[in-house]
This record gives sequence, structure tokens and C-alpha cells, in this order.
Amino acid sequence: MLEVTQIQNGIVLDHISPGNGLKIFNKLMPTQTDNPVVLLMNVYSDYMSKKDIIKLENVENINLEFLGLIDEHISINIIKNGEVIHKERVTIPKQVKGILTCHNPRCITHSEPLSNPTFELVCKKTLSYQCEYCETITKYTL
Amino acid sequence: MNTKHLIHPEDFTVQELNQLIQIAQNILEDPQDYKNICKDKILATLFYEPSTRTRLSFESAMLRLGGNVLGFSDASTSSVSKGESIVDTIQVISSYADLAAIRHPKEGAPKLASKYSKIPIINAGDGGHEHPTQTLTDLFTIYMKKGNIKDQKIAFCGDLKFGRTVHSLIRTLCRYNIKEFILISPDELTLPYELKNKLIEEYDVKLQEVSTMEEVIGEIDILYMTRIQKERFFNEADYERLKNSYILDSSKIKLAKDDMIIMHPLPRVNEISYEVDKDPRAIYFEQASFGVYIRMALILKLLGVDCTCLK
Repeated sequence: MLEVTQIQNGIVLDHISPGNGLKIFNKLMPTQTDNPVVLLMNVYSDYMSKKDIIKLENVENINLEFLGLIDEHISINIIKNGEVIHKERVTIPKQVKGILTCHNPRCITHSEPLSNPTFELVCKKTLSYQCEYCETITKYTL
Repeated sequence: MNTKHLIHPEDFTVQELNQLIQIAQNILEDPQDYKNICKDKILATLFYEPSTRTRLSFESAMLRLGGNVLGFSDASTSSVSKGESIVDTIQVISSYADLAAIRHPKEGAPKLASKYSKIPIINAGDGGHEHPTQTLTDLFTIYMKKGNIKDQKIAFCGDLKFGRTVHSLIRTLCRYNIKEFILISPDELTLPYELKNKLIEEYDVKLQEVSTMEEVIGEIDILYMTRIQKERFFNEADYERLKNSYILDSSKIKLAKDDMIIMHPLPRVNEISYEVDKDPRAIYFEQASFGVYIRMALILKLLGVDCTCLK
């Protein structure tokens, strides 16, 4: 059986639905060039039968709000000295920044780099967000 | 103190809108009392796309208050042509003027400017998004011609998809508790789905969508006409196909009530025949003149000029 040792300090993303692990891994990799990262796919789970797991070693502060947009099953475990010191389930964020691009080609955000728009959640079911500048609704797609 | 801006009509409460209407009416009745009230104040008009009425209306408003005006009316004659961002421009202009009116083809540009500005920003139209001072003009016109805003049956006709004046006005009228609107447009130019949903969910309004003017013109108090806007189309063929969709002429007006008013944000292309201009119900040129007075009231409000002692 495949074994991966536990990390001493960092973040473990657990209970990722099978298949979503690779998508999240690809999203996180550009920010994790120096730290060890492990992606486990199709691991046995009592709760989900199969799951993906991502372990990020020596990572403390990274923006994980996009996880709620991908998979509401995910739990985030903060590890310190080999112990889980904090555990939380992801939620769909009410506001996002830096994750979405406005779908409206006429929006000022496409030509002004300082605009850095905030998007407000308008529909949980369709993951639709409204741009603070042009108010166009943009649906999140991975 | 936080600087007050006008980016969306929602930036002002209904009470504040009514206050502006009252000030505008006072100015209209006694313009002499206000002719020097903004002496030594400067309005910057930053127009990144062409406009005649709105820009001149702002300039006229400020000059009639005794203030001064500076700015540009074409992005090609400003630093924009050198690649300057609106964020940089507004930070510089903040030290040259006391308030600024911005028109920009990109939607949300005035809001972005307001985040970096030390002076009040007025959205003078941002792409197909908002045109709040046209909304103020429309409200003031309805008030002046009808005596109140809330008890009116209003039909909007033409381009309801890209027509920002319609979007801003209809949302604002909902705040005045109007519960029913009639929408007349071709299928391709109907009110955006998101806006319809918002109006129904937030304000519980009834939207009656029809495809001809004749069906409803006899029962309405206000007919708000709009132009099919060429500049909002990516494809010229679509524009050519739709531009003649609805034309108001004297034969259609015969079906209307005697006290119905015909409004239009202007400019008009061909959607209202010239023969209609002579009809007393055609008030769109008067509407444009009301725009100066409500902008005067807005300038006073944003500059924090106390004019309660004048009336």
C-alpha cells in the first residue's frame, strides 16, 4: 500500500472529491515553487469511499478562498509540530478578489491594473459573482 | 470626512433625490439667487468619449452657478493618448479642480476614479452601464411635468438592453414604489435578464413586455423613447437590422392620452419623427433643459454648498 509520511508544519487539504485534487494542485503550484507539495489521488476514504488529498509543507498563509468554489467537501487542516491545530470546512466565499476575471469585455478592470475588483456572490447554485465596477454577473469556472 | 460621489443613482437616498429636485426647482424659479454661489469653484469635465448634451449641460450648470470649468472632450487630446491610466489622471486633477464629471467608454471607470479621488466624482456615463445624472434629469422632468413621481404608468421603448438611461431610471423608479412597467423592444434588445430578476426579486414589480407600441400607448402616462445605439454594437449588420425597430410618428400619438408625455434622453436618430416635435406631449427638449438645473443642484450638493438660506 502506498504510504506518504505526515508533514510537521503546513496545510493538508483533505476530503477533496476524486478528480478535483489535480485541478487544485494546478491552481496552487504557481505559488508553491519552493515548498514540498504532495498530491494524493483516489485514496481510500471511509466517508467518501475515494478522495484526493494535498499536503503543503512549510506553508502558513496562502489564500485558499477559491477552494469553496471548487469543492465544498474539502477540509483544511493546519499542522504545527505534527499536530492538527486547526481544522475547518471550506465554504463558498461571499466575496472574492484576485480569483475571477470580469466577463464583460467593456469593463474597466481589463484596462486598469490597479482596479483589482471585488466580486460579490449573487447565486450560490451557479457560483455567480457580480463585478463591483460594471456589475456584470460572472460565473466561476475552473 | 468621506467625499460624496455620484456613481450610481443608489448613491443617493430617495430623500436626497427629493432634496435635489427641490433645489433644482428653486434654482429654476429664481436663477439669479444662485448666479455666484460657486464663485472660485472649478468643475473638471473629463470626457473620454464624445458627448454634446451631457458635457455642455454640466458646463452650463457650473457657469450658471458662477464657477469655472476645465477639462477635455476627447481622449485623444489628453494624456490618455500617451497611455496614462484614469487612476493617475484623477489624482492629478484632484488638485486642479473641486469636483469632476467623468464620461468613459469603459464600464466602472468613474467608480475606479472615485476610489483614488480627493474630490467628488460624478459619473457622466460609463459605457452601457450607468448614467445617473440622466436619471436625475428624468426624475426632475417627471416631477415638473406630472407633479409627482410615484403614480405614473411608464413604458420604455427601443433599446432596453444597452440603454443605460433606462436601466438607471427603472431601478430608481422602483425606489419610488412604482410597481409596474411596460417594456417595448425587439427580442434582441430586451431588458437584461439579470436586471429583470433583480427588479422582480427586490421590488416585486410587474414587467409587461410587448412588441408593439400600439398595444399600450393608449393606457400610459409617460412614454420613454430610446435610440438604438450604434456604438454599443460589435457587429454593424445587427445594428442595421434593428435600427428602425420602433418609430414614433403622429399616427401612433393619436392613440395616446392627451396628457401623456414623451421623453427621450437624446440624441435622437430616427425613432421619433420630426412631425412629433410640434405635439405638446413631446417634451424631450424641455427635458434636456431641466438637466441643467438638476446638475446645478447636484454640484451644490456635492460641493456641500448650503443654499437653504436662499429659499
